Amino acid sequence: MSTPYAKLPAWADYGLIPLINLAVAFIVAGFVVMLVGENPFRAAVILVEGAFGKGTGIAFTLFYATTFIFTGLSVAVAAHCSLFNIGTEGQAYIGGLGIALVCLSLDSVLPWWAIFPIAIVAAAAFGALWGLIPAYLQAKRGSHIVITTIMFNFIAASVMVYLLVGALKPAGSQAPQTRNFLAGAELPKLNWIIELFGAKIRSAPLNICFLLALVMAFLVWLLIWRTRLGYEMRTYGHSPKAARYAGISETRIIITAMMISGALAGMMALNPVMGDQHNVAIDFVSGAGYVGIAVALMGRLHPVGIVLAAILFGMLYQGGAELAFEMPAISRDMIVIIQGLVILFAGALEHMFRPYIQALFASVSPKSVGMQAVKGKGA
Amino acid sequence: MDMFNAIIQVLDSTIRLSVPLLLACLAGLYSERAGIFDIGLEGKMLVGAFAGASAAAVFHSALIGLGTAVLISVAFALVHGFASITHRGNQIVSGVAINFIAAGSTIILGQAWFQQGGRTPALQPAERFEAIIWPGAEAIKDVPIIGPIYAELISGHSILVYFAFAMVPFTWWVLFRTRFGLRMRAVGENPAAVDTAGISVAWLRYRALICTGILTGVAGAYLSMVQNGGFVKDMTAGKGYIALAALIFAKWKPVNAMFACLLFGFLDAAAIRLQGSPLPIIGKVPVQFMQALPYVLTVILLAGFIGKAIPPRAGGVPYVKER
Repeated sequence: MSTPYAKLPAWADYGLIPLINLAVAFIVAGFVVMLVGENPFRAAVILVEGAFGKGTGIAFTLFYATTFIFTGLSVAVAAHCSLFNIGTEGQAYIGGLGIALVCLSLDSVLPWWAIFPIAIVAAAAFGALWGLIPAYLQAKRGSHIVITTIMFNFIAASVMVYLLVGALKPAGSQAPQTRNFLAGAELPKLNWIIELFGAKIRSAPLNICFLLALVMAFLVWLLIWRTRLGYEMRTYGHSPKAARYAGISETRIIITAMMISGALAGMMALNPVMGDQHNVAIDFVSGAGYVGIAVALMGRLHPVGIVLAAILFGMLYQGGAELAFEMPAISRDMIVIIQGLVILFAGALEHMFRPYIQALFASVSPKSVGMQAVKGKGA
Repeated sequence: MDMFNAIIQVLDSTIRLSVPLLLACLAGLYSERAGIFDIGLEGKMLVGAFAGASAAAVFHSALIGLGTAVLISVAFALVHGFASITHRGNQIVSGVAINFIAAGSTIILGQAWFQQGGRTPALQPAERFEAIIWPGAEAIKDVPIIGPIYAELISGHSILVYFAFAMVPFTWWVLFRTRFGLRMRAVGENPAAVDTAGISVAWLRYRALICTGILTGVAGAYLSMVQNGGFVKDMTAGKGYIALAALIFAKWKPVNAMFACLLFGFLDAAAIRLQGSPLPIIGKVPVQFMQALPYVLTVILLAGFIGKAIPPRAGGVPYVKER
């Protein structure tokens, strides 16, 4: 079959096009701000200042970014295997259940550095398990993974509500959440790193999960581009037929990819649960799983891109909170619109500007788009 | 007699609760039969609900509200089409995007325009679609059995309810008895063949998406102008996804879709009714279990344990003309 789109130089493919798509998304968001009757440029300034202007702002930005790195990596790992995991939200939610069980039973006996690894394993295991069932159904019974993972998000929500108003709720409490964890399940903060640079921090939830997220980003890079398993996943993602022909087991690769994806999603819960709230409450994930889709698409499924995109979204979350103070007409939900626009322009419409950019490149330097061969033949 | 009245009441709320599902489900049926996956049903319903309630409140007319709901919903469907048909983008990504844009913009614009915390002003009776009392409903209300069935179940709904149920045979007729329907089904199974016959794949798919937009618009209008007297943020609350589940459950067939939606509506109605009270034999059923049941059933169906759900073959694949 003919390839619909020709090649561009790598820097244009990975740098220029995402930037153009992002810019268009923000321009459209600017129109929404105008529709609301505010000045989009002033909004942008408040947003950036709120996110990076003060030490506390930076710490909050990185705290949110931590969450999005996990969910972005989760979506990306599955996407490399051409599986669209919309279930990150539910897998993170169930990951929180794993953490709750560990923390509630161990927080009075062990210090944080002993609980943390156990909690990581529990979160990853619970998340992976929640990814396993849709993966199995996709691999063995051919049920569409998108639909099953959506269904599993809702099932996860029901399960968690059931547990949080029932078994996990301390007796006599009205709020649908677990009891607060003791000091043993509280992760140390990382704010001192920012304070090293001379900024002052009042109180911000940035914690060592940020480092864990960076380590995971590195491990995902290692997995996808430097291991046999990653190679097989990319092969399957590129062409399931070729993978089958090469003797790669479809079942094994789908299930492994989805379990890794689920594990990364589950680990996301560590950040808000052990780093900030110190309890598991209803809907603590609050859409971070879906943000992961935008982050992964914007980061072009590469860990470096994902970390950058996660920081951008962290900035939007933190700056958006500040924006809501300054411009009452704009609440934090503005970010949901921006998120949607980013997904639309960087994801669904990613090829919209490509033909024009390609024509531009071809007219300036035909070599850059691989048109030399045609000339060589004397065409 | 108490038991009978209770059953009538549950069935009555089953009908009311399944109408938005049914409209959204049929909407999804048009687009998926044409080969466009649409997980943006939720978002289109939401903007429909918002646009309908806003326009009805501003212009004091239910009909203008309905028209606006349909218009805006169709516009969102066309965005989906622009991304997934014209630019051959990923249909699922585009659907996700539409859901987010809808969720965010309805809250932001609602707050900016009406300043009621994301709500639209409460609608007056003239701005809503009122219940239609059928002739003789009052008269035979007290006749045992038939009376309540006629007065409660058949009579006393808004025009949109009857519209939704009328859309079932209509959709069946369009799908299986018209040229447009035949071509639409063909484009969802084998677009290349349709293209070879000299019919535009893109234009067919766009028309299917316009049908989707119209129906999700009506579904949204029903939520904000019939079920509720105004728009409340996130009022679709996952109904678009349940509709999607119902569509799979119905194996992409209109009459099945009605029964699937009635089943899911019934589960919802029963969950509300049973809240806390124990059932015979089974004992007390947690509300959350009832709420999760539609999703669980869909997963089981998808897994092929109760019949096999086979989607349209070309679903989700952008059509590229061979060059």
